[in-house]
Amino acid sequence: MGIIEFIKQPWPWYVAGPVIGLTVPALLILGNKTFGISSSLRHVCAMCLPANIPFFKYDWKKEIWNLFFVAGIAFGGIVAISLLKNPSPILIHPNLAIELASYGINDFHGLVPSQLFNWGELMSVKGFILMVVGGFLVGFGTRYAGGCTSGHAIMGISNLQWPSLVATCCFMAGGFLMANVILPFILSL
Amino acid sequence: MEMSKEIMNQNTDIQQISEEQDYTLRSTDAVCINESHLHHKWYYNFKYMAVGVLFGIVFVKAEIISWFRIQEMFRFQSFHMYGVIGSAIMVGMVSVWLIKKFNIKTIHGETIEFHDKVFNKGQIYGGLLFGLGWAITGACPGPLFAQIGTGATVIVVTLLSALAGTWIYGYYRDQLPH
Repeated sequence: MGIIEFIKQPWPWYVAGPVIGLTVPALLILGNKTFGISSSLRHVCAMCLPANIPFFKYDWKKEIWNLFFVAGIAFGGIVAISLLKNPSPILIHPNLAIELASYGINDFHGLVPSQLFNWGELMSVKGFILMVVGGFLVGFGTRYAGGCTSGHAIMGISNLQWPSLVATCCFMAGGFLMANVILPFILSL
Repeated sequence: MEMSKEIMNQNTDIQQISEEQDYTLRSTDAVCINESHLHHKWYYNFKYMAVGVLFGIVFVKAEIISWFRIQEMFRFQSFHMYGVIGSAIMVGMVSVWLIKKFNIKTIHGETIEFHDKVFNKGQIYGGLLFGLGWAITGACPGPLFAQIGTGATVIVVTLLSALAGTWIYGYYRDQLPH
């Protein structure tokens, strides 16, 4: 197996996790930047539509580095999918496959299920909840919590901040509730 | 002449105060902030883009941006995401400890700063709301950017909706419990 074929396989957690963890010191050492991603959404608001709201009246130019960082993440997505794409279908847990099949979802190609997330579905009630309401909750919730998985769960806990641990537990609690109780209802719409 | 000088002095006073106020405002409801006091040319920011590219590749290759992997995580059907997040925290924790212990400086010679977060109820209410959104979209904010990069163009709508959510939060912030 050549090196490129080796890299094209899905990477295990014990490779991905430590590399993500190293982002914390990388950003700190490169320029005193604390790791986080959801703040980029706030900076875009401050840049494009501050509307005299106090929460957006700060010097966003100081945080422009964060927008370069998230643009890099999108480029990374392009690089990974065009040069390093895994040719095999994604393996998923058999119980999840059975559950999803009961909602008519049987295409497990790609990272985002194309049967749920596509332009045509956007106008259906289900698609609207999944893409529009879901996105809204992500944007509103992360800012209300003061950070997302990267800011609170990784950066905050790494710096031993107990409010970040509280926030992370709440992320997980919300996720368990949605995935196991509410989402089955949404998917059956 | 005398008067305009006075106004200028006042202006510099205002700027000095606003530098501090600006920091306070920027760090409100945020973990992720620019702690640096240095002013660099804009193209210095490309180094953060390089870190982002690497980060985005890992997101895709380890299937962290996969909706299916997030569903498995919340159903306890796979250890993968717990392994990723757990080992990332371990490495981050050791790194932060080392930086503090050996007082490691930035590449520009600045002291690396850490600030303690103050608890407020937003971390509970907001955290729960974000958790709901995370399990629906299968993505936290980072993966949204990477998913768009992989060609899932419709996720632009999810991202715009997340921007709207952030804006609405800013608009109603003072009325929400904290």
